[in-house]
Amino acid sequence: MDDARIARRGVGPRLWLAGGWLLLALLAAILAPLVAPQDPLAQDLMLERLPPFWLDGTEPGYWLGTDSLGRDLLSRLIFGGRIAFIVAFAAAIAACLVGSVLGLIAGYFGGWADRIISRIVDIWMAFPPVLFAILLVAVLGTGLSSVIIAIAVIDWTRFCRVIRAEAMGQSRMDYVENARIAGYGRIGIMLREVLPNVVPSIVALLSLEMGIAVIVEAILSFVNLSISTDDPTWGGIIAEGRLSIHQAWWVLVFPLITLILTVLSFSQFGEALKARFDPVLR
Amino acid sequence: MSAACLDIRSLSAVLPNGQRVLRSVSLSVQPGEVRALVGESGAGKTMIGKAVLGVLPPSVRIAEGDMLLEGEDLGQLQPKARRTLIGARTALIPQDPLTALNPSRRIGPQMTDRLVRILGWSDERADNRIRQLLDEVQIRDPERVLKSYPHELSGGMRQRVLIAAAFAAEPRLIVADEPTTALDVTVQKQILRLIAQLQRDHGTAILFVTHDLGVVAKISQRVSVLYAGKVVEEAETAALFAAPQHPYTRALMAATPRYTDPLASLRPVDDAVLAGLAAEIAAADQAWRRPHG
Ligand SMILES: Nc1ncnc2c1ncn2[C@@H]1O[C@H](COP(=O)(O)OP(=O)(O)O)[C@@H](O)[C@H]1O
Ligand SMILES: [Mg+2]
Repeated sequence: MDDARIARRGVGPRLWLAGGWLLLALLAAILAPLVAPQDPLAQDLMLERLPPFWLDGTEPGYWLGTDSLGRDLLSRLIFGGRIAFIVAFAAAIAACLVGSVLGLIAGYFGGWADRIISRIVDIWMAFPPVLFAILLVAVLGTGLSSVIIAIAVIDWTRFCRVIRAEAMGQSRMDYVENARIAGYGRIGIMLREVLPNVVPSIVALLSLEMGIAVIVEAILSFVNLSISTDDPTWGGIIAEGRLSIHQAWWVLVFPLITLILTVLSFSQFGEALKARFDPVLR
Repeated sequence: MSAACLDIRSLSAVLPNGQRVLRSVSLSVQPGEVRALVGESGAGKTMIGKAVLGVLPPSVRIAEGDMLLEGEDLGQLQPKARRTLIGARTALIPQDPLTALNPSRRIGPQMTDRLVRILGWSDERADNRIRQLLDEVQIRDPERVLKSYPHELSGGMRQRVLIAAAFAAEPRLIVADEPTTALDVTVQKQILRLIAQLQRDHGTAILFVTHDLGVVAKISQRVSVLYAGKVVEEAETAALFAAPQHPYTRALMAATPRYTDPLASLRPVDDAVLAGLAAEIAAADQAWRRPHG
């Protein structure tokens, strides 16, 4: 019955397409050592700049071709997904926790709590985010945890702003007043009456934020500020691909497609989930 | 004489700009009685209900007066004790049955939660109680309703659920704030009958807020007429209809639709009556301002 209703709303294809790509990419990343056709770090000058499989002069097993050091592009993309997903999940969840809790408190309690939290958000948002991230990583030093912290520190405000506005709307609803009359405490009302109604937005934002984290990680890798190991990252591959665009366009194009598909899927998946979670739309 | 169920004594509420929204309102509800509070939109009816239930908007301040719930002075209690008392002895039947139910929670838990968490009943007792009340409000398929989300029910069904919830904990006083205004005309009568029926069966006192004198006549024993936050007339319902004393009450009656003379209901309140009211309000504010700066 639920499924029929979703299909009627047109949520179906969006949810399945976006979710399908994310699941595929995630499984490939988790199972990378098993599914990657080659060692992503293995260089072979004999195999340098092999084109993708449908062009002339390919080698079997190198589906998307190789880069200028003869490394297998598909395997590098699969392994690069590991860092992309780790950063996406860790950074988005951290930003979500901090931002949602503060947003809920500001929106529901109002008054002083709201004034202080909103002020901090305003000041925070005055910094251009990408510069902020580069600055933070420069201070924290490169590495996986720095990237995660930087993204969370910058982007909690996105959650805070949206959840605050929603919680504020909720706090004016009659059922919240009814709960007051019945004798519920403020925290109890916030968790039982307000929180369930903002969960759909939290879910949508969380998924969107994962996409954003993937982009930010790619940008940081691109400018060589992310993970300073040899592990392939999507941003790093794009940076290398840019240098050999005329000799081997595929080294730039495939990671870009992967990145865009992933980011779009995260945002679409979030929107579709929100519609799915929302009891009134459902 | 035993204590009134609700006794409001000379209650004034002011906005931040000093303007009074309630002007020395006195009003009592005896145990088991239906007390109507009638007045046009904006008169302050909802404000009185919110004051009693302790949920006035933050911008509205009580400047004078006492409210006694079964003899206990709400103003003398600590906030926590006041909340507990109000929660245990009162309930609200709201105007809009859509926004009064949480859209993301099923009806069942919304109804039993309060009995279990606030009043400490066992799950089973709460469940039985809710089913009994759903039966009393003539909901024939309680299983489906308890499992539904609010938006899956019609307005009339939602209001039945809210009526059942209001009576479930056996409050002494129910504030019913225009409980039929947001409903279809055909449903209004049924809901009104249900409230009257449950009120009789449970012996609950009701402060019944409405702008409709027709409803007043049907349901209440006594009535207060409110204009601009001031009680201009108070009487037994029968007496009020037989011989309204205040010119404003007479004007309201003239403006109430009658099948025999539909055009008469279009008569607006007379200018002379409005001028008289304005003078009365001004005099009351003058008298109030002297001791209250
Ligand atoms: N939150 C609020 N803050 C300030 N004034 C309000 C607020 N809500 C209502 N009022 C004012 O209080 C008066 C009484 O409103 P209300 O009690 O809702 O009237 P009624 O229920 O009789 O229609 C109106 O003049 C209204 O403008
Ligand atoms: Mg009202």
